Amino acid sequence: MTDSFAPFGVDPWWIVAIKVLFVFVLLVVLTLLAIWGERRIVARMQQRIGPNRVGPFGLLQGLVDGVKLALKEEIVPAIADRTVYWLAPVIAATAAFMAFAVIPFGPTVSMFGYQTPLQLTDFPVSVLYILAIASVGIYGIVLAGWSSGSTYALLGGLRSTAQMISYEIAMGLSFVAVFLYAGSMSTSEIVTAQERVWYAVLLLPSFLIYVTSMVGETNRAPFDLPEAEGELVGGFHTEYSSLKFALFFLAEYINMVTVSALATTLFLGGWRAPWPLSLWEGANEGYLPILWFLIKVAGFMFLFIWLRGTLPRLRYDQFMNFGWKVLIPVALLWIIIVSLARVLRTDVALSVTTSILVLGIPVALLILLALFWDALRARIRPGGPSAATGRDDVEGGSAHHAAAEFDPFAGGHPVPPLPGQVMPGATSPPPVLVATTTQERDA
Amino acid sequence: MNAAWPIVALGGLAFAFAAFSVVIAAFTGPKRFNRAKVAAYECGIEPTPQPIGGGRFPVKYYLVAMMFIIFDIELVFLYPWAVAFDQLGLFGFIAMMLFLINLIVPYLYEWRRGGLEWD
Repeated sequence: MTDSFAPFGVDPWWIVAIKVLFVFVLLVVLTLLAIWGERRIVARMQQRIGPNRVGPFGLLQGLVDGVKLALKEEIVPAIADRTVYWLAPVIAATAAFMAFAVIPFGPTVSMFGYQTPLQLTDFPVSVLYILAIASVGIYGIVLAGWSSGSTYALLGGLRSTAQMISYEIAMGLSFVAVFLYAGSMSTSEIVTAQERVWYAVLLLPSFLIYVTSMVGETNRAPFDLPEAEGELVGGFHTEYSSLKFALFFLAEYINMVTVSALATTLFLGGWRAPWPLSLWEGANEGYLPILWFLIKVAGFMFLFIWLRGTLPRLRYDQFMNFGWKVLIPVALLWIIIVSLARVLRTDVALSVTTSILVLGIPVALLILLALFWDALRARIRPGGPSAATGRDDVEGGSAHHAAAEFDPFAGGHPVPPLPGQVMPGATSPPPVLVATTTQERDA
Repeated sequence: MNAAWPIVALGGLAFAFAAFSVVIAAFTGPKRFNRAKVAAYECGIEPTPQPIGGGRFPVKYYLVAMMFIIFDIELVFLYPWAVAFDQLGLFGFIAMMLFLINLIVPYLYEWRRGGLEWD
């Protein structure tokens, strides 16, 4: 290990115990606050008041809900695989707590006379550890869905897993540029590397990809398809009740806090004070940075709630398309651009102006290509964009002869025509239209 | 003390908390047995009989899982390369670009063949 890891793993046992308790209590309190905050803020966005009875401003609502759940009957489905059914919430909650172990809260401080960093622990591969633990958390979900012995739960678990692993790729790709610039995978070193400029500014596309994929990763609106009530009841935790359900709930909120904390650490300078405050030297010393850290995390939590209050849920195929066909290619392209820029600056030793010029030409070409992509494709393959998907034979013949016409089954789901669009073979009023289309598809 | 011990401590505490919650709920809640209550929830109708051995589910999920493994292995190669980027220099850059092209070509092929369509 290098010298920067010297402060880790040397604390006496009681300091480790204090830090462990601090992280544990912080996560539980943040969860309770997040539940309260979410309900209050969403209520305000919907012209309601929200919970305001229990404690000042309803602050104790989350705690009381937990107590209520503990006093509820525990229903275990007769068909459930008992061992796995009991184990799944424990796995989900434990993994959620453990992921927070390597998040830095602040600089080295004096704790009862000991110099110790405000961070539980750190490795040269901390971010990899977080990704690994997040993957373990997926086991909790898939096992819960599988062991319940219910169709809804199984489908919810599968959907959830497919969604989380898909968005984990985009998430992982967005880290590459950060590691490239920081030259390290350790969270504390990444925070140190952002002393001058935040990576959210320097690597904006990475940051945007991360923020999008972190919403998908935590199964939150508008990507909360595993819990789409209209389709799957409660998703993977349909059959869970009482405190076992509470543990899944806790795990979901802790995961939200963790991805927010990770975003803060990797892109927003971690515990370092934001710009105008950082001019004051005392801002980055002592216990004060915990405050900056919590403010940044709270900002991301607000973003989660805002998204939930604003956006409707996506359809599953749209969601998967977005992950695999937008986020991943964009992330790959961005890695290539960043590494090219870096190698031009460091190894080929071009000046900044020349690098920008060299990089600008392919970027401009790509933008032009994207702008004229549809026109080019229509010229190469007459038959419109739908012909290029390779599914013409499955879709029926309508896409071939009616490129200009409206295809109600273009995306695999029937949609009504918009004003100005004509249904294929439409000559008479709507009732006949449906019959025509059905015949055509049967033929 | 190894730097991993604090993680073990935090994991132990979290596990104890979760296990305690799961066990204690069996004692704190009421118990009123009802045959319909322990049946799988299907909006009130008789639940579909579950096939023995878990049954089948759409093949799309297997495809997504396989794509995930391919890209996850790619990530495992990309991370050390990114960390050591400045030491590797131009050679490392070209080597990784060749690797990425090898990966992007089958990715585009699968896209084109409709492997990424979800319907």
